[in-house]
Amino acid sequence: MLKYILGILMLIGTQFANAQVEMADDFRGEGKIYVVIAIILIILAGFFYMLFKLDKRSKRLEKEIEEK
Amino acid sequence: MGYLLKTDWWKWLCVALLAYTIIGGLLLPVPELPILNETIRALHFHVPMWFGMILLFLGSVIHAVKHLRTGEVKYDIYSSQLANMGIAFGVLGIVTGMIWANYTWGEPWSNDPKQNASAISLLIYLAYFVLRGSIQDEQQRNRISAVFNIFAFFLMIPLLFILPRMSDSLHPGNGGNPGFNAYDLDSNLRKVFYLAVFGWTLLGYWIATIAIRLSITKQKLEDA
Repeated sequence: MLKYILGILMLIGTQFANAQVEMADDFRGEGKIYVVIAIILIILAGFFYMLFKLDKRSKRLEKEIEEK
Repeated sequence: MGYLLKTDWWKWLCVALLAYTIIGGLLLPVPELPILNETIRALHFHVPMWFGMILLFLGSVIHAVKHLRTGEVKYDIYSSQLANMGIAFGVLGIVTGMIWANYTWGEPWSNDPKQNASAISLLIYLAYFVLRGSIQDEQQRNRISAVFNIFAFFLMIPLLFILPRMSDSLHPGNGGNPGFNAYDLDSNLRKVFYLAVFGWTLLGYWIATIAIRLSITKQKLEDA
């Protein structure tokens, strides 16, 4: 019985050894170019966030001018 | 700053420089290094955030001094809006750096001296806005925050340029960093990098001028 269990465990073990260890392959594959894409997108998102904030401020100012 | 508020040509320069940064930065040949692989191209996007931040803070501190010398409100507006934009650049620099670090250094935050120092200097600049928000009297607020601005700028210089170089850092140019020092001399990267710094900084100034315009208009409205 113990022999069988050990045998199964060893089989699982070798299968793990055969599997590639590297994970999250999309970002580590293709020379990691997706990391650069993610960085560019974050910068773009940051600038869009600032623009939306400025947009809000200018709308508020327009309203204030109208009220005067 | 007054010149930038009046003229437009540099906005087209900014557009051209950033178009070149994206095309050249993604397509021109780069040095083939292990671990870094293609992520070396992030040099044109992550590093200019820091250069831009320093140039925006430099503009901010110059106008803080001008405000202290003349007491004109417009210099306070220039100074605070440029500092605002500088912080935005710094935050983008930290976030993009964490992503880059995750795939090259193995973890987003490895307590690298330069990472810690840049986080500290950003916190100091955040304190600038806490200080501004906490003072009711406008004249007093402008003067005290201008003095704090000078303090923050001159604290940032040793934090970013001196202390990280005195210990081992993962960042290139600060102690040992195998596989990355080679880029310092690479002429292909230089072709894009300097123009990228210029382009991103101009974009920062561009957005800052819009914020300045809004603040000045608001000021005029309140005075009227």
